[in-house]
Amino acid sequence: MIVWFTTAQVAVAVLAGLLCLALGFAGRKPSDLSLGALAVVELLLIAQLIAAIVAPAVGNEPVGNMLEFYTYLVSALILPLAAAFWALIDRTRWSTVILGTAALAIAVMVYRMQEIWVTPLG
Amino acid sequence: MMNNTETAPTAHPTPEAQPTRISGIGRVLVAVYGVLALAATGRSFVQIVGKFSEAPLAYTLSALAAVVYIVATVALIRSGSGWYRVAWIAIGFEMLGVLVIGLLSVFDPQLFPHDTVWSYFGRGYLFIPLVLPILGLWWLARHRPARAA
Repeated sequence: MIVWFTTAQVAVAVLAGLLCLALGFAGRKPSDLSLGALAVVELLLIAQLIAAIVAPAVGNEPVGNMLEFYTYLVSALILPLAAAFWALIDRTRWSTVILGTAALAIAVMVYRMQEIWVTPLG
Repeated sequence: MMNNTETAPTAHPTPEAQPTRISGIGRVLVAVYGVLALAATGRSFVQIVGKFSEAPLAYTLSALAAVVYIVATVALIRSGSGWYRVAWIAIGFEMLGVLVIGLLSVFDPQLFPHDTVWSYFGRGYLFIPLVLPILGLWWLARHRPARAA
């Protein structure tokens, strides 16, 4: 993984999460702003997926458990889609809170993915 | 996407015709259960595919925990006294699991050398597995079905 990119990704996910939580607790329904924030998080995850596939070929070799790494990555990719789907069906402020919860969960998962990438098997 | 007026009747049900048990902030509880179900399923997938023979007991337990989280998530969403009972059983099982496995892993680490979702009271998951059943049981106690289905 590319450390600076991963760090930026965690920061964006945390900011998106806090933004959605704040909007949700302020009583806002899911909007272009909150859904857009999740869309940015999802796009960065797709970029991370591409980077993870390409990285070993250009000398950025993972040493950790790749099965675990990709399980985290695929789960993280599903979360914004599930949260956004929920937000489109259930038009209440709690859906905005759920968008924020998903973004914060993704921040933790990406941090964990970085640990897995650099932790040798064994 | 979807016509808002069309979905309005189900979004704001009368107490008599509530289509789902959970409304308001309880939906956040359901969403967190969903995330934990996904996390537990992912981990047990990794454990069983990658290294099942190392610790069959711990990893079978992980898979069982994952299934129970999925059942609890579904039971919280569905209405009716049957699903209400299922939710009680599933969340009660989680509460029991995290307490028993948590205590065992603290006092006899030899028994569980490999992590499960419940080891050390769910330390690997920010103690969410410990907090969530408490919130879930509290929620269920506060929101009994008005009458038997």
